Amino acid sequence: MTSVAVPLRSRRGTLAAAVAFARRHVLTVYSLLFFAYLMLPIGVVIAFSFNDPKGRFNYTWQGFTWKNWEQWNAIPDLQSAIQLSLLIALIASIVATLLGTLVALALVRYGFRGRAATNLLVFLPLSTPEIVLGASLLTLFLNLTSVLPIGFWTILIAHIMFCISFAVVTVKARLIGFDRHLEEAAMDLGANELTTFTKVTLPLIAPAILAALLLCFAISIDDFVVTYFNAGNRVTFPIFVWGAARVATPPQINVIGTAIFVVAVTLMLANVVFQNRRAKQA
Amino acid sequence: MAPATAEYDIRLIGLTKRFDDVVAVDGISLDIDRGHFFALLGPSGCGKTTTLRMIGGFEEPTEGRIELGGVDVAPLPPYKRDVNTVFQSYALFPHLSIFENVAFGLRRRGVKAGEVRRRVVESLDLVGLAGLEKRKPRQLSGGQQQRIALARALVNRPRVLLLDEPLGALDLKLRKEMQLELKRIQHEVGITFVHVTHDQEEAMTMADRIVIMNGGHIEQLGTPSELYERPRTAFVAGFLGASNLLEATVSGDDRVTLAEGSVVQLPHGMLAGRTGTVQIGVRPEKLRIGEGDTNSLSGIVTESAYIGVSTQYIVDTPAGPVTVYVQNDRTGGQVAAGERLTLSWSPESTFVVDAQEGTL
Repeated sequence: MTSVAVPLRSRRGTLAAAVAFARRHVLTVYSLLFFAYLMLPIGVVIAFSFNDPKGRFNYTWQGFTWKNWEQWNAIPDLQSAIQLSLLIALIASIVATLLGTLVALALVRYGFRGRAATNLLVFLPLSTPEIVLGASLLTLFLNLTSVLPIGFWTILIAHIMFCISFAVVTVKARLIGFDRHLEEAAMDLGANELTTFTKVTLPLIAPAILAALLLCFAISIDDFVVTYFNAGNRVTFPIFVWGAARVATPPQINVIGTAIFVVAVTLMLANVVFQNRRAKQA
Repeated sequence: MAPATAEYDIRLIGLTKRFDDVVAVDGISLDIDRGHFFALLGPSGCGKTTTLRMIGGFEEPTEGRIELGGVDVAPLPPYKRDVNTVFQSYALFPHLSIFENVAFGLRRRGVKAGEVRRRVVESLDLVGLAGLEKRKPRQLSGGQQQRIALARALVNRPRVLLLDEPLGALDLKLRKEMQLELKRIQHEVGITFVHVTHDQEEAMTMADRIVIMNGGHIEQLGTPSELYERPRTAFVAGFLGASNLLEATVSGDDRVTLAEGSVVQLPHGMLAGRTGTVQIGVRPEKLRIGEGDTNSLSGIVTESAYIGVSTQYIVDTPAGPVTVYVQNDRTGGQVAAGERLTLSWSPESTFVVDAQEGTL
């Protein structure tokens, strides 16, 4: 830029300026490359949701079309797979967050026999390889087939099981930093135990509960390994994609992927805006 | 502020709290008169905060009764007691506005909206923070938060206000300001204040009755001047200000003999029937240089420190080292270390504590 302003500058001067420019902007350039590396695959997924492939595989760019979005459920079984995934993610995240919050409250607030053991057990699903988790759950469920056929309920139980750990960890972190005097103050001012919980405790740990809910939903809707073991003949979205990829890759998979991405980013941005506004108010 | 009647607001009877095998509060009994500014004073771990928390309902007594206006409240939860607390950490609700923080107690009691508004505004006025209703607690300074905590408690017009080291987190200047402010507010509302502190100056400044606690017991109860002029134990003598304590033997009515043989005259009745070995005490500022008074001692100055308003000497007497504060109300007259000095004091400035207490 400066070389334009000073046309008589020597070549050496230009070189020095270039080096100086690079020095000043090396972090910017590095960051941009880093984000490009992160975003490129997502960009490809989004772009290919508008591809009009000839044949069964959506790997080379043929031409732009809205067709895939208009007929997002044109592929047999895709819609039911998504519905199953959404239903399981919804139930699993709500139940797991509820139970996880209660477990976290018990672990932080009360001293009881077996607290240390419970703390350890809660971490087990987080540290166990998914393949081991899935296989052991299947072994368990195979022994129970007479009362619990493998299918919807086994998937749900498995998802709730590993989601609880994430919920406990998330809510516990918030509770550990919680000033107990706030609850004492509420009771001092005439609130009984229930009012204290609803008026003081719950509003203060609500961000953590919401975070746990979103985290559980994301983990559940995304899970393949554990689900694959315990799904029986039911097909969730990840299992559908896996099955489809072996015989064909319809662009509708990209459509669904893009939609999930957009929803996730929107939620995230909404959260950022909400937090900013709260911080400004406060 | 003298109470209109000799009515007790709080009565503690044999109150004890044990945590596992540690006795935090050891069977204390105490009457707190209506309308008093009462301080529980003592070093950390003396049981003063535990006592306050038991009155507030946050700790369950192991034994004993807590009577509030004649009714035993020991088994009641905090929300059924007519007391409110100002917490050391203020414990303002961070998710609520200042208005809602102060209104919290009124809303719990179902006070009507108009009345809530009127009383919240009145209460913020009392602490000098009108107009901050819409703010959130974290937008306020520490001193302002402290006042809001006070307003939030006082708006409920409790029988008793409990203050748990409420000034501990403030800087020195603000603390001094708030001490006077608290005293003013207490006069204005006329509610019994029970204030826990480890700061003897703070207790002396604000309270009209002080209980000094140590190791879960009550050492002494009295007005600030009673405690200062007539401490009954060596602990109280040492905790409230500085004292010179000297070993002595009772040698007659209102008379003791120091270890080196000189006789000390005491105020009438001070011995209260004590015999044998006792300790006598005299405050450093009540000693005078020269032989002007009834009781005297002499020794060699070992240390002399000029601190502007006064000069502090340590004099090595045959009865033990004695600290003296001399007002610098005249120029010159400094005594150097190594010189001989005679000190005297009046019988009225002398107090007596039990000898064995000195080992505490």
